[in-house]
Amino acid sequence: MNDDHHVILRVVSKMLIPVIVMFAFYTQFHGDFGPGGGFQAGIIFAVGVILYALVFGVPSAMRAVPPVFTRALAAIGVLLYSGVGYWALLQGGNFLEYQALFQEPPGKHKGQHIGILLIELGVLFAVAGAMLTIFYAFAGRVAEIRDKDW
Amino acid sequence: MLEFILERANYWAIIGLMMIGLYITFASGNLIKRLVGLSTFQTSVFLFYVTLGKVAGGTAPILFGADAPAHGGGYGAEEAHHAVTVPGGQALGNASAPVELVNTYSNVLPHVLMLTAIVVGVATLSVGLALIVRIREAYGTIESDEVSEIDLETALAQEAEIDQWLNGAGA
Amino acid sequence: MTGVLEGDIGMALVNILLLAVLFVVAIAIARLRSLFAIVMLSGIYSLVSATWYVVVDAVDVAFTEAAVGAGMSTIVLLGAMLLTSRTAKPDKKFARLGPLLVVVATGVMLIYATVDLPALGDPNSPVNTGVGMQYVQINWADTGIPNVVTSVLGSYRGFDTLGETAVVFLAGLSVALLLGFGERSLAESIRRGDKVHGRGKAAPSQAKPEEDAS
Repeated sequence: MNDDHHVILRVVSKMLIPVIVMFAFYTQFHGDFGPGGGFQAGIIFAVGVILYALVFGVPSAMRAVPPVFTRALAAIGVLLYSGVGYWALLQGGNFLEYQALFQEPPGKHKGQHIGILLIELGVLFAVAGAMLTIFYAFAGRVAEIRDKDW
Repeated sequence: MLEFILERANYWAIIGLMMIGLYITFASGNLIKRLVGLSTFQTSVFLFYVTLGKVAGGTAPILFGADAPAHGGGYGAEEAHHAVTVPGGQALGNASAPVELVNTYSNVLPHVLMLTAIVVGVATLSVGLALIVRIREAYGTIESDEVSEIDLETALAQEAEIDQWLNGAGA
Repeated sequence: MTGVLEGDIGMALVNILLLAVLFVVAIAIARLRSLFAIVMLSGIYSLVSATWYVVVDAVDVAFTEAAVGAGMSTIVLLGAMLLTSRTAKPDKKFARLGPLLVVVATGVMLIYATVDLPALGDPNSPVNTGVGMQYVQINWADTGIPNVVTSVLGSYRGFDTLGETAVVFLAGLSVALLLGFGERSLAESIRRGDKVHGRGKAAPSQAKPEEDAS
């Protein structure tokens, strides 16, 4: 059977994919203190799902992460980002002015931390969703990436 | 003279890479190869920007040591650096006076601009590739000279059709 | 004036080595005709330039370039290559002459322009005395976030990043509009039955109607 000669790839990637996704979230939430942030985390998360799609086939990846979900995720990300801006507006500040989120005096940083965390989350959602949508659009054109093509 | 050359050798190397990218974009007829050349060009522009922001003896722009007192502490631990803030408006950016830093850091602005540009670059690259896939489906080829040949033939055929229709209407 | 010469010689060697590798890869891309090789080499180009970003202190940019250039754009290029063709047509002998002339002329002009540029690593250059260094100085009092890149990205230039996020979203949307949402492959595999992929749980009744993507 054709199923057999990717067995090492399957076993290894089954172990690696959770690590990749964990690393994406580490990158996301550690972005304040080291290199990283929403853009990188979004790409790494998308790459984890794409690795799953390449090893186990696009259809099973689509069952795990449906295309509807990725499209919605991209839209939710942009909405979350601009939502933080409107939150600041409602609190009486300017658009995206994090200092106004909790109406803090200058020098207090809770609003900055929360605001940046939320917009980075928005970037993560938007980038991961858009990249997965792009991948599904390209992969959906062929039935599957076949072995004999290589 | 040697110093002058050494200080600018990086720029010249980057310009060389940029010109190779321009050559690939310009000379090859294959549309995918063209896009690869374009992204090569793009990467060298990023390299150029980041090179401009390098400060001699500097390090990556992540504050450490005495520049970031109470690093990693909770909100209560932040009193240490309240001394450097000046009372100002609520508006962001004029809340604080610039402080003298202990360590040397490279310029952060080119990094931020290029970071977002890279992600936007891959997004626009995929739009271009999607267009190429559609061109391939419509024309059956991704060589630009063949595409323009097919375009020319189609235009000629349409012209002939219109001529025929006009002659038929005139008669 | 002493930026490069004062720095340790090892860094300069790494610099030269990395730029040499970039040159070799770029010339190989220009000369090759196999699209698969070109795509893979462009991934290598991105990876090597990511290493180079680390040398010039741009760790965040290096991280992004390694994830995007070597990961995502290689995947997208491979996907497009699978849908189009595997080799490029050989170009005509004399068709190279015009581009070569233009490229050499442009390169000479740009190199002439670099004479006026500040030296590499000059702390007093216009770039390094402007708002960029000011961000580093006021960042800790303003935001309390050690990574200046994150705080400039999210806070000082939040509008910019909002625009970039919208661009990424719109790019995803336009690719989906151009190529379809990719549900065709799911539908096809379900119609073929799950005998190829043994572990599918989807019953045929769940098959979505095939989208006419073409």
